Amino acid sequence: MAKVTFITHDGQEFAVEIALGWSLMEGAVKNRVPGIDADCGGACSCATCHVYVDPAWLAMLPPKNDMEEAMLDFAAMAAAPNSRLSCQIRVTSDMDGLVVRIPVTQH
Amino acid sequence: MSQKLIIVGAGQAAAQAVQSLRADGFTGPITLIGDEPYGPYQRPPLSKAYLLGTLERERLFLKSDAFYQETNCELVLNASVTAIHRSDKTVQLGDGRKLSYDLLLLATGARVRRLKCPGADLPGVYYLRDIADANALQAVFSSGKRIAIVGGGYIGLEVAAVAAKRGLTVTLFEAMDRLLARSSSVTVSDFYAAEHERAGVTLKLRTGLEAIEGNGKVERIRAGGQTYDADIVLVGIGVLPNDELATHAGLAAQDGIVVDQNGMTGDPSIFAAGDCTRHIGRDGTALRLECVQNAIDQAKHVALAITGKPKPYSEVPWFWSDQYDLKLQIAGMIRPGDHAVLRGDPAARKFSVFHLRDGVLAAVEAVNAAPDYMLGKKWIADRLRVDPVRLADTTIPIKEAV
Repeated sequence: MAKVTFITHDGQEFAVEIALGWSLMEGAVKNRVPGIDADCGGACSCATCHVYVDPAWLAMLPPKNDMEEAMLDFAAMAAAPNSRLSCQIRVTSDMDGLVVRIPVTQH
Repeated sequence: MSQKLIIVGAGQAAAQAVQSLRADGFTGPITLIGDEPYGPYQRPPLSKAYLLGTLERERLFLKSDAFYQETNCELVLNASVTAIHRSDKTVQLGDGRKLSYDLLLLATGARVRRLKCPGADLPGVYYLRDIADANALQAVFSSGKRIAIVGGGYIGLEVAAVAAKRGLTVTLFEAMDRLLARSSSVTVSDFYAAEHERAGVTLKLRTGLEAIEGNGKVERIRAGGQTYDADIVLVGIGVLPNDELATHAGLAAQDGIVVDQNGMTGDPSIFAAGDCTRHIGRDGTALRLECVQNAIDQAKHVALAITGKPKPYSEVPWFWSDQYDLKLQIAGMIRPGDHAVLRGDPAARKFSVFHLRDGVLAAVEAVNAAPDYMLGKKWIADRLRVDPVRLADTTIPIKEAV
């Protein structure tokens, strides 16, 4: 398990334990973190699980592939250099302590 | 006064309805009745990662147990609803129980169409709709077995891709002259045919199934006048909406429970959402959709209507399919007579087909081309008039093509 903190747009913090190998999105949904809609369930087809990764953690994450990059371009809230789709990040033990922020809306 | 809501059916639409109703301020008790042993789960992975064995069952569930506690939603599982009594606003359960409602949401989904040919009931014939189906198929999915797939739609093709990957010998039979004939352009059909053949799948187009034969189990199938040896038959010939409960209760249904733009049936206390419904689409024609998008969006609109904030439904349908390393993403609905515009080269395994109706973008099919899909979806929603020449010109970035 890795502990990941999701911070909503209005500052609420949700620190959740996510099973290794699951996606960040699955961890958020499983733990009822609001603001991660994930309509397509992790198929990289809806861009409704957008998060902003705490800059300190950015380099620790595996890089985006072309598909994720392209989908992020069209997320409801503008993508930033630290934007990721949380369904595309598989949780590993070295992500313990990761902090991500959730945009105000996914639609 | 708080109203009591019953949801019949425990799929994607049901889960979304519970979430949206609470988010929109509905405070009454909610009871969710499902006929499987599980609460709502994702069906799309059943023919993809779950069948392949790379996604465990636990990860299919849409919500955690705590979600249902937190939302004060009672799950009644392994239970079937046998009748709706509109006169006293109750639903009858298979075990004899009667539950009363103020509001009812029918999210009964669809069931697979079954084969009617000789031998259709032989052991070794499989369908794929729920977890139990996927488990049964997975249990016999071993390398070296010969699988005959009946139907070249999404289920058939996704299972073919998984089977090929798992080392089965795959033959796919399709009665029409191309794959995905009901939903895709010829370009996309031909592209997927070539990809499946490259992966070792034998395609038999224009080949209707005649019979399944064997001594106590599947041994071969007869199709197009010929006989093919097979250990397993997987049937993917479409689904039928579960609209009988509604029909028997006197509600209008015609290949789907008829709903208005708020998801309401002819009875103002009864709503319906998802695969079981028929609604008026954005182009003014009635249609029934079988997809996650429609289940989610109709459920959201029902929640808005129930909580007094009705918003007419006019969402753009979208779908996806994963086969091999290819991601097919589709937005909108293709109709006969649409003008197809190809962008990119199928040989590069990255292209899209835009479909124009009277010059306005109506649909897009994108293979490994997410920007075309996402922009196309937006343009379809905006009913944008597009220039087919610019759209086809890949030297113009897609963002500047319109």
